[in-house]
Amino acid sequence: MTTILDVQGLTKTFEMHHLGQSLPAFEDLSFTLHAGEFLLLSGPNGVGKSTLLRTLYRSYLPVAGHLWFHSREGVIDMANAADIDVAHLRRTEIGFVTQFLNARPRVAAEEIVAEPMRLAGYGREEALEQARHWLAAFGVKPDLWRAYPTTFSGGEQQKVNLARALILPQRMLLLDEPTASLDKGARAALVARLAELKAQGVAMIGVFHHPGDVAALIDREIPLKPKTPIEEIADVAL
Amino acid sequence: MSALMKEAPRLVRTQPLMELSGLSKTYGNVRALDDVSARVYPGEVLGIVGESGSGKSTLLRMMNLEESPDTGRYRLDLPELPEDLFTLDRFERRMLRARRIGIVYQNPHLGLLMKHSSSGNVAERLLVAGERRFAVLREKAQVALEASEFPIPRMDAPPIELSGGMQQRVQLAKAIALEPAVLLLDEPTTGLDVSVQALVLDTLKRLQQERRITMVLVSHDLGVIRTMADRVMVMRHGRVVEEGLADQVFQDPQHAYTQQLVHAKL
Amino acid sequence: MSLSDLTGRWKAFSYGFLDASAKRELRRKMIKAVAVPGCQMPYASREVPIARGWGTGGLQVTLTLVKPSSTVKVIDQGADDSVNAASIRRFLSRVSGAAETWDTLDATLIQSRHRIPEEKLTRDQILILQVPNPEPLRGVEPNMSTARQMHADADYGRMWLQLYEQMVRSGRVMLGASYPAMVNGRHVMTPSPIPRWDVKKLHMAEHLTILSAGREKRIFAVPPYTRVEPLVFDDVPYKVEDHAHLTCARSGVTGYFMNEIPQEDGSAGYEVSDSHFGIKAIDARDGGTPTVGQTWYRNGELA
Repeated sequence: MTTILDVQGLTKTFEMHHLGQSLPAFEDLSFTLHAGEFLLLSGPNGVGKSTLLRTLYRSYLPVAGHLWFHSREGVIDMANAADIDVAHLRRTEIGFVTQFLNARPRVAAEEIVAEPMRLAGYGREEALEQARHWLAAFGVKPDLWRAYPTTFSGGEQQKVNLARALILPQRMLLLDEPTASLDKGARAALVARLAELKAQGVAMIGVFHHPGDVAALIDREIPLKPKTPIEEIADVAL
Repeated sequence: MSALMKEAPRLVRTQPLMELSGLSKTYGNVRALDDVSARVYPGEVLGIVGESGSGKSTLLRMMNLEESPDTGRYRLDLPELPEDLFTLDRFERRMLRARRIGIVYQNPHLGLLMKHSSSGNVAERLLVAGERRFAVLREKAQVALEASEFPIPRMDAPPIELSGGMQQRVQLAKAIALEPAVLLLDEPTTGLDVSVQALVLDTLKRLQQERRITMVLVSHDLGVIRTMADRVMVMRHGRVVEEGLADQVFQDPQHAYTQQLVHAKL
Repeated sequence: MSLSDLTGRWKAFSYGFLDASAKRELRRKMIKAVAVPGCQMPYASREVPIARGWGTGGLQVTLTLVKPSSTVKVIDQGADDSVNAASIRRFLSRVSGAAETWDTLDATLIQSRHRIPEEKLTRDQILILQVPNPEPLRGVEPNMSTARQMHADADYGRMWLQLYEQMVRSGRVMLGASYPAMVNGRHVMTPSPIPRWDVKKLHMAEHLTILSAGREKRIFAVPPYTRVEPLVFDDVPYKVEDHAHLTCARSGVTGYFMNEIPQEDGSAGYEVSDSHFGIKAIDARDGGTPTVGQTWYRNGELA
């Protein structure tokens, strides 16, 4: 099996300078993620599952350890890669699916969804066509495609968000509770799309409120154990 | 941390479009910049945050070649330019500014002739670059104003008769009229009403996405930086205290000062 | 033997009115001005016996250039016989011994306020234009230090912007006299308040033109065979005054720059502005045989 991500001794501690405190999140974590594999992060609320995902995405800087990412262009340690490389990988190989859409005013839903494809160099028409396909797949009605998602309900926004996040087959997907606030139809569409991507070899690692939603996809589980009192991590992570 | 990252093997072989290294500048007893280096990559938005007096505006003025440091170098990855732009004379700097660098100032009086027409303000940039066809000047001014979402029926009104938000759009149109290699934004929305600010930022964001214009955005407003920037540099007392991807700097600030800044905002 | 034995008896000497050091400075500044066409050179404007603003700049240049073998012509808006022109011409002749003339063809030095004669000047003639305001950037940049820096940088964006603004507001360029012109592709100068009709005469001319502002203490020049190009947009042609079809009521000539003479009934009559050119035409009509030189314009068109 092709290795996508090799995590070695990953440690994250938040240094709170004004409090004169260090808050450990997790320590010496090691695991490997392969192509087409689906890893579930489990553990009680606040144990640091989202923190780990964000560290893998480099939104959080690890204090020790390595994140060997096997990109198409070579192996790179995301733990201390240059910002520009991380930004490049985020555009091309690493997707992060959150619960929230980062909508911008006066940008139509289909434009938002098409954007990752356009950034990847696809033509406008082709990108828009794909965007509409995925909006439809997630159950966004055609009369909303040209509308601005800033005015949508949370559920509809999340569908737009998913369509955008999943429009391109990334090499690795980080999933932070993507099923939250989804209706049944959209959830089914999401699972179907994830299954499809998995079959194409996309490696996934995710956090789910109801892991049952994706039970069929899960290959392995990484249980995280509490390290720091839950409230403090929540406070730091904001 | 950052020292380590600079040594890390590189994946992206893109050259920085803009590279300033080792900039220092002292005014009297005040150290405005103290060994500041910055890189800007093609197509990205670099946000520079800091309080007034942090040196961020001085740095931007140097990027615009309005000022020279006591020491330090400045390279733009464009053809036919010297390795250090600070060696250019006043005339060469002006031509480079006119053709390749766009700037939007917080104070529209710095960037605009308030009593000339708005279209003329845009046209001036084209005139400096040598355009001598009146019809083309009109056309290009209109296109740039449209791109800045300025109401075209008012294109010949002087900025003095326009609202603050519209004045900023005229500045923006002037800045992008020649498709600059880099767009410098010095507190472009500071002083505007919040709703107007959002609209102007929206225009900037759209321009950035449609044209992949490389931008350097200076602001003391973290909200503005968060909306716009791909990467962030935090400055204090003329030094860079922290630098990183925008989401990382905002979600996991490393330096005590940045933490204070981010938490104060939140 | 003493020095006084070798020299003549001392007496007051004032050839060409100006003292030798003043003339030397002016000559040097003129050479500089010729060397850098269109670039304004500062000089220490001296007192002359006419008021500042009445042509002191031009007069100092003429006084420096004049010699006993010179023939001087002085015109004021094209006329040789205005009080001011006549006084200056007589003064020049008195302090130098130079001959006076009204005829453009005979003159070696032509001092002029606001016109260039209609007959073509040649390489043996020097045209001296009186300049009230030598700074073409004054209208766009009130700070003269900044304006000088703009000249140094060939920073004429504002100048062009002024033309753009006029086009936007009026649909045409609203400059009459003093139409700014690029000299030798480098410096923008004001040609002094000559009409647009005359600006074109400076382009690749055979003669030397020296422009001098006494009050503002600036001197600049257009050497022979130098490009003088009025600032115009490529797609908005330069227009001279619409005088080509007008006929002089006194001399009957058509196709030259005219003075407008208001009539009692409210209409306008016209007289050719170059008064001696008109006189030659009248002379020819009355059977005389004046020598008329080649003119810059023929049939109202620049030849």
